Amino acid sequence: MSGSAILFMVVVQLSVTIVTAYFFYRVLTTKKKPEPDSFTDNDDS
Amino acid sequence: MSQTTQSWGSRIGLILAMAGNAVGLGNFLRFPVQAVQNGGGAFIIPYLVSFLLMGIPLLWVEWSMGRYGGKFGSHSTPFILDSMSKKRWWKYIGVFAIFTNLGIISYYTYIESWTLTYTIKSLSGAFSGIGREEVAGMFDTYVGINGTLTDDILGINLPVWAIVAFLATLCLNIYILSKGLSGGIEKVAKIAMPMLLVFGVFLAIRAITLGDTNIDGCDTCNTHAGLDFLWNPQFDSLSNPKVWLAAAGQIFFTLSVGMGTIQCYAAYLKPKEDIALNAMTAGWTNAFVEIVLGASIVIPISVGYMGLDWVMENAGFMMAFKTMPYLFNQWQPFIAALSGLAWFGLLFIAGITSSLAMGTPWMGFVEDEFGWKRNKSAIILGLIVLVMALPPIVFYEYGVFDEYDYWTGTVALVVFALAEVILFAWVFGMDKGWKEITGGADIKVPLFYRFIIKWVTPFFILIIFISSLIKPMDGNMSDWAVAFSQLFSEGSWPWANDSIIAQIFHLNEDLKWFAADGPTAMFFKDLSRFVLVATFVGLAIMVKIASNRRKRKLTTPKILEE
Repeated sequence: MSGSAILFMVVVQLSVTIVTAYFFYRVLTTKKKPEPDSFTDNDDS
Repeated sequence: MSQTTQSWGSRIGLILAMAGNAVGLGNFLRFPVQAVQNGGGAFIIPYLVSFLLMGIPLLWVEWSMGRYGGKFGSHSTPFILDSMSKKRWWKYIGVFAIFTNLGIISYYTYIESWTLTYTIKSLSGAFSGIGREEVAGMFDTYVGINGTLTDDILGINLPVWAIVAFLATLCLNIYILSKGLSGGIEKVAKIAMPMLLVFGVFLAIRAITLGDTNIDGCDTCNTHAGLDFLWNPQFDSLSNPKVWLAAAGQIFFTLSVGMGTIQCYAAYLKPKEDIALNAMTAGWTNAFVEIVLGASIVIPISVGYMGLDWVMENAGFMMAFKTMPYLFNQWQPFIAALSGLAWFGLLFIAGITSSLAMGTPWMGFVEDEFGWKRNKSAIILGLIVLVMALPPIVFYEYGVFDEYDYWTGTVALVVFALAEVILFAWVFGMDKGWKEITGGADIKVPLFYRFIIKWVTPFFILIIFISSLIKPMDGNMSDWAVAFSQLFSEGSWPWANDSIIAQIFHLNEDLKWFAADGPTAMFFKDLSRFVLVATFVGLAIMVKIASNRRKRKLTTPKILEE
C-alpha cells in the first residue's frame, strides 16, 4: 500500500470510529431526564 | 388519530433500531463500489461534506418532524406532514413515504431471502470445491435467469426455492412487526446489531491481514492492493461534479432519509426526549459500518483473489452472491464456512433491520387511522407485500426488479426529501423547526445548522433531483457542457437512459409490448409501473378516508360517538 493510502485510511477510519464512540459514550453517560410532573413542565410556552 | 400506546423500551434500543434502519446492503456493496469509481480515498472528502451539509441536517429534520407529529398522536407521514401545515394537500405528499416503503420492501425482502438461503448454503458447504463460474451459475439458477430453470409451471418459470425462502423471510418480518416496537423491532435490533458488528469486524480483520494470496500469474492478487485501490486519494477527482453527485447520492441512500421510516420511529418518542444526540449517534454508527467495515471487506478480498483488473471491470452488487462464496472457499473449510456465515449473516441482519423499519409507516398509519390491531395490520402488510413482490420475483429477468428499485428506491426518495425539507424549513418555519430540533437536546446543536437547513440542504437535494431529472448521457461535467451546447445549437437534449424524463417517456426504448415469442420486457416494465401507480392511488384513497374520519371525529360530540 502506498503511504498516502495508508495515511488516508487510518486517519479517516480512526476519526469516524472516535466520533461514533464519543456519541455512544454521551448517550450512555447522560442521565435520564425526570418525567414531567406538572402541567407547566409539559407546556412548551 | 392515534389508538396506539406503543413506545420505545430504552434509548439504546431506539438508537440501535434507527442505526439498523440506516445500515443496509448498500453499506457493504454500494459504498465501496462508489468509492473505487469516484476517486478512491478522495471520495471520502465529498462524502463527508455531503454528510455534514445534507445527511446530518436531514436526520435532525426527520427526527424532529416525527417527534412533533407524535405529540398529536400521528405516527405516519401523511398526518405528521398534515400537522405541520394548514394546507391540507401536504398529507398526500406524505403518501410517498408509505408508498416508497411498500415498493422497496417488496424487492428488498426478496434480496434478504437470498442472504438467508446463502447463509444456510455456506454452512452446509454447498460452495466447497466448485469454481467461480459454477458459483455464479448457482445464483442464476436460484433466481431463475438465463433460462436456467427446470420448474416450469403453466409455462411460467418459477424459481420455487427462491419463492419458498422469500415467503419464510416475509413471515419472519411480519411476525416481528406484529410484536410491536419494544417487543419486536427493538429486541431484534439489540441482538442483531452487535452481531452485525462482530461479523463485520471478523471479515475486515481477515481481509486486512490476508495480504498476498500467491495466485499464479496474478501480480495484483493482494488484499493490500485492494485497500490501496480503494483509499489512494486521487485529488483531481474533486473537481469533477459527477464525483460530488455520487457522494451526495451515497449519503442520501445510506442514511435511509426521504423514506419516512425515521419520522415513524421518532413519532414514538416522548415530547421532551432528546433527538439531537440520538440522531447523531445513529447517523455516525451508520458511517462507521460503511467507512470502517464496508470499505474493508468486499473490495480487498475480491482484489486479493481476482486481481485489480477483474475488480475494476466487475465491481457491483451481484459480487456478494456470485463471487464472494467462491472467494471464501479459497480458505480452509472451517474458516470458509465461518466467513460465509459472517458475510451472509451480516447482510441478512443489515437487510432485516431495514425491512422492519420499512414496515413501520404502514403499521403506524393503519393502527392510528383505522384502529386495526397489530396482528391484523402486520398480516395485511404481508399480503400486500406478497402481491407486490410477485412481479419482481416471477419476471426478474425482464427488469421488473430494477423498475421497482428505480421508482420507489431512488426517485420517490428524492422527491419526498425535497418536499419535507421545504415543508420544515419554509412552511413550518425555521423558528419553530429550530425549537423542535434543540428541544430536550443532550448536545449543543451548532447554530450555523439553522442556516444550513434553510438554504444549503434544500439546494443540495434540488441539485440531486434536477441532475437525475435531466441527466445527459454519462453525466460527466463535459457531458453537461456538450448537452447544453446541443440544446442551444440543435434544440435537443441527449437524455441519459436513466434520467427521470427518459424513463417516464421511454425515450431510446422499443415500445412494443408483444413480439413473436410473447410479451416483451417493455410489457413487464409497464405492468410493474401499473402496479406501483395503483399502489400509490390506493394509499392516497386510504389517506382521504382517514382524513374524513378525523373530521367526523372532530365534529361529532363524544357522547354521540359512544
